[in-house]
Amino acid sequence: MSINGKAYIAGVYEHPTRKATDKSLAQLHAESALGALKDAGLTKDDVDGYFCAGDAPGLGPLSLVDYMGLKLKHLDATETGGSSYVLHVGHAAEAIAMGKCSVALITLAGRPRAEGMATGTAPRNYGSSAPDVAFEFPFGPTVVNMYAMCAQRHMYEYGTTSEQLAWIKVAASHHAQYNENAMLRNVVTVDEVVNSPMIADPLHRLDCCVISDGGGAIIVTSPEVAKTLKRPLVKVIGAGEAPKHQMGGKVDLTYSGAVWSGPMAFDEAHVKPTDIKYASIYDSFTITVLMQLEDLGFCEKGKGGAFVSDGNLIAGTGKLPFNTDGGGLCNNHPANRGGLTKVIEAVRQLRGEAHPNVQVQNCDLALAHGTGGSLGTRHGSATVIMERE
Amino acid sequence: MTVKQRAFPSPIADPDTEQFWSAAKNGKLMVGSCNSCGEKHYYPRGICPHCGAQDITLVEASGKGEIYSWSVLRRADPPFAIAYVTLDEGPTMMTNIIECDLDTLAIGQRVKLKFSETEEADGPPVPTFVLD
Ligand SMILES: [Zn+2]
Repeated sequence: MSINGKAYIAGVYEHPTRKATDKSLAQLHAESALGALKDAGLTKDDVDGYFCAGDAPGLGPLSLVDYMGLKLKHLDATETGGSSYVLHVGHAAEAIAMGKCSVALITLAGRPRAEGMATGTAPRNYGSSAPDVAFEFPFGPTVVNMYAMCAQRHMYEYGTTSEQLAWIKVAASHHAQYNENAMLRNVVTVDEVVNSPMIADPLHRLDCCVISDGGGAIIVTSPEVAKTLKRPLVKVIGAGEAPKHQMGGKVDLTYSGAVWSGPMAFDEAHVKPTDIKYASIYDSFTITVLMQLEDLGFCEKGKGGAFVSDGNLIAGTGKLPFNTDGGGLCNNHPANRGGLTKVIEAVRQLRGEAHPNVQVQNCDLALAHGTGGSLGTRHGSATVIMERE
Repeated sequence: MTVKQRAFPSPIADPDTEQFWSAAKNGKLMVGSCNSCGEKHYYPRGICPHCGAQDITLVEASGKGEIYSWSVLRRADPPFAIAYVTLDEGPTMMTNIIECDLDTLAIGQRVKLKFSETEEADGPPVPTFVLD
């Protein structure tokens, strides 16, 4: 049993806002949903499956289902942080393959800027009933110092440098200059990245993603529905998901769950990393990208620093164009969750609808990968491979 | 630079971890030890994360170890060093390195246990480390 070829991505929408003081959270979800439905050429009444994660207000999916007035046959509120929406594409394909629904809607939204959230540098307490909290929260784990410890260890074991990490931001900025909705459109240099203020050693300010309000949505449909629509056909051919954690104290910060989710997706898709024309790689921080590229098999473990250097991720010059919308590092990281926008830009590339200056020629095979939670403690990895038919 | 110490939020004990935090109040750092597979684990819990057995004994760790990774959150006030320390007994644990020069920390440095008091008057102390 496989999902290869059993589902298509028929609609995507990235909300243009980056600061949503004038919109409610539910409104952002709904506007994103309507945008994706319009993109697909479908209406709200066509939706029979709904997927959301922890950013959805209310009890699981129920409040938003009520707010949008959806009538459904299938629900899934699997929460793995920012990777949830990549994972949801796989789950939607599974549900469609099993005949449980035929038009699946996935939404994401958030307003951390409007709410003045200290996203990266304030410790997050998931509640004292989480068994790890008493052993971690007192020590001030934040998003940034946890990823920083991964970078520190990677540097120690493999000789990775801040300059190499900086190339990831440089590539993202080259792409963001063409995206009129991107938060940061200035092209930056390696020097500018490594000379930006240190936030948590060894990560500088420009190693970190933006904080943005906004949202997005994806419509996944059965082949039958997709073939009645007027949009280019983007077929889901492989998906994988895996959690990684502290393994009872056998902590290893040098790799992510992508070492498992990647091979699952590649095997299901019957393709290999060298076949991929474009990759959307979760970029909460530069180190996130570097580790995932290694773990997905785009280069050898420990060689990520060399792989990303000298513009190798820049569309038009590099071997592996990545995050051509500017990614979370420059464009958008709505709700502090970047997985959904990763899928959106991959779909744009496969449709030939990316900005002409970053469109990959003959882009018929793309990958989107997400990490949710924290690489420094516990996270969910999700990989999806898509093909233009 | 050595800076003033941050305040530590008090951990909340639950039935699973009461024994660990009582030991902490007596200055002892405990790790979980599985009587079925013989493996140690951290943080302590009622089930062995390695084999699934529930026959767990808390054993006292020597309090010696080395820095597996670290980061100084420069944006915090005061800045502080978070770290994973690998205990000589095996498990790696999240902690803070205290009373140290934040600019010279390095992976592999030897460290030793020094409990830190926490914010609540009756809250247990938390296991932190100083350079050895
Ligand atoms: Zn065991």
